Amino acid sequence: MLNVENLSFRTNQRTLLTQLSFEARAGELLAIVGPNGAGKSTLLKLCAGEQKPTAGTIALHATPLSAYSSKQLAQCRGMLHQQNTLAFPVRVHELVLMGRYPHYGAHPSPADYSIAAAALETVGMQSFNNRIVSTLSGGEQQRVQLARVLAQVWTIPNGLLLLDEPTTGLDLLHQHQLLDVARQMAQRGFAVVAVLHDLNMAAQYADQILMLRAGRLEAYGTPNDVLTASLVERVFGLPVKRLENPCHHCPLIVPVPTFSPAFTQ
Amino acid sequence: MATEQLFTDQPIARMPITRTGALPAVRRPWLLPVLVAGLLATVLVSAGVGAVFISPAEVLAMAGHHFGLAAAPDEMKTVILTTIRLPRVCLGLLIGSGLAVAGAAMQGLFRNPLADPGLIGISSGASLAAVCMIVLELTLFQQLGGLLGYYALSLVAFLGACGTTLLVYRLARVAGQSVVTTMLLAGIAINALAGALTGLLTYLATDDQLRTITFWSLGSLGGASWTTVLALLPFTGVVLVGLPRLAKSLNLLSLGESQATMLGVNLTGLKRQVIVLSTLAVGTSVAVAGIIGFVGLVIPHLIRLVAGADHRRVLIGSALGGATVLTGADALARTIVAPAELPIGILTALLGTPVFLWMLINERTRS
Repeated sequence: MLNVENLSFRTNQRTLLTQLSFEARAGELLAIVGPNGAGKSTLLKLCAGEQKPTAGTIALHATPLSAYSSKQLAQCRGMLHQQNTLAFPVRVHELVLMGRYPHYGAHPSPADYSIAAAALETVGMQSFNNRIVSTLSGGEQQRVQLARVLAQVWTIPNGLLLLDEPTTGLDLLHQHQLLDVARQMAQRGFAVVAVLHDLNMAAQYADQILMLRAGRLEAYGTPNDVLTASLVERVFGLPVKRLENPCHHCPLIVPVPTFSPAFTQ
Repeated sequence: MATEQLFTDQPIARMPITRTGALPAVRRPWLLPVLVAGLLATVLVSAGVGAVFISPAEVLAMAGHHFGLAAAPDEMKTVILTTIRLPRVCLGLLIGSGLAVAGAAMQGLFRNPLADPGLIGISSGASLAAVCMIVLELTLFQQLGGLLGYYALSLVAFLGACGTTLLVYRLARVAGQSVVTTMLLAGIAINALAGALTGLLTYLATDDQLRTITFWSLGSLGGASWTTVLALLPFTGVVLVGLPRLAKSLNLLSLGESQATMLGVNLTGLKRQVIVLSTLAVGTSVAVAGIIGFVGLVIPHLIRLVAGADHRRVLIGSALGGATVLTGADALARTIVAPAELPIGILTALLGTPVFLWMLINERTRS
């Protein structure tokens, strides 16, 4: 569905991404992992069409992203950002309804309201619908923003869903519920691309993992193939042991840091 | 998250929609009708007060007579109403609504409830140009004055407003991709520069010129005539139609620039439209009535306190509120120290600040 070929991106005389090629397929969750500054968020922005590649192509449904209008893109791809700050005292239900803006002209239809309500229910925030968003906790705000993105792509049969570190600020339960929602979107024909920091969550939920370091593709494949102890150690600079996850059929990465004595005291 | 109940085996598009009406209705739906009623009442009263008092009933009777519905009213009062009062009321309506709606849109664009059209140099540019014309008495200005008479100052002020705004916008584009914060900073710099140059000219001015400058910078609707009203009407009309059309995009922009892009907002186009329309509204009003502060900053803020953050209501509410407040303030300005007239800029700030502070504290303690 989303085909990236030989993608490179330069800005301010710095090369952020070099010669990336991969595909995010419909029905699959692709996790992008890598150390800080590897270019994960930049890659997601390029996939979203927010920035233009310096070289290479990105095609959605076999059409280059550059051929879409911003309105057309808004009707087939949603993105949850890492940081969301609101300028005005927007209420929860207003925020979620904004996800429907690309789909209606002057006035929302009853269906738009229902979709917004259902999206809010999906993230378990329906009882907060009249609260001012900025008065919610960080994790609750993140869930409301997710509801907005879900409302945007709700009626699309096979859209693209991009999640930039979606679990940031969420508690354990909601981290897993969020990725469960992401998986369910994939099952409904979406291509889901998520930047994740937790390798074990990536191992548990992703169909494919793309590992980046310094803007280069280090590995791309199933969690089983990508998450080897040697590769993780090389990319992240941290010794790890790979175990078999006893509950799920996937690898479990356990860090075994060997910091200098000054840090371990 | 109640995912199990919602994400059943059916495709998302055909999910049963059960919770119709689960979302709350519009908050305080009475706001816009109340604002319209308040505006009409203010117009009636404002048209009546002055050296010769005309009661609202008489005003309505005159309007009725005009449409052949009522008996002929007092001849003299009709003349006062149509040649002096009504143009002034109309000018107040146009300027008030234009300033407030431009302020609301600017706050939306800068994603900051403290933004003001003055921030990007509209008012300071107009001042500088006007003070230049008053003080320097250049040949060019004099020829312009001979050509346009009274309106030369307005035209020069308007051009000054457009000039500085364009400069700020260009500077922001050079510094980055016209990022809103860069524009804000460029605006502050240009404002300081224009302020310094205006100060320099004020320093050079003669006593007579100083008086003109002072009155101009305090603002007044004293120059009202049907000609000024008709000159302003097309500009304010375009703004009052144009800015509310951008309400949805401004709502999305409140999520963040990047988030708004994801939802299909064309940022460059939106910025350009808001800036051009706001400059039109504020530039023309400064040109005709001098600098009237407070309205553009506070009216949108008050409307937001009552109506919430939705720009569809904030923009229209601000236009109505701004028109009401300025018309009312002008009525007060010309009666409070009669037979003299108080500059309206003084009055809007003097009366508005306590009201604003009271509402602000009231809202904070309630929530």
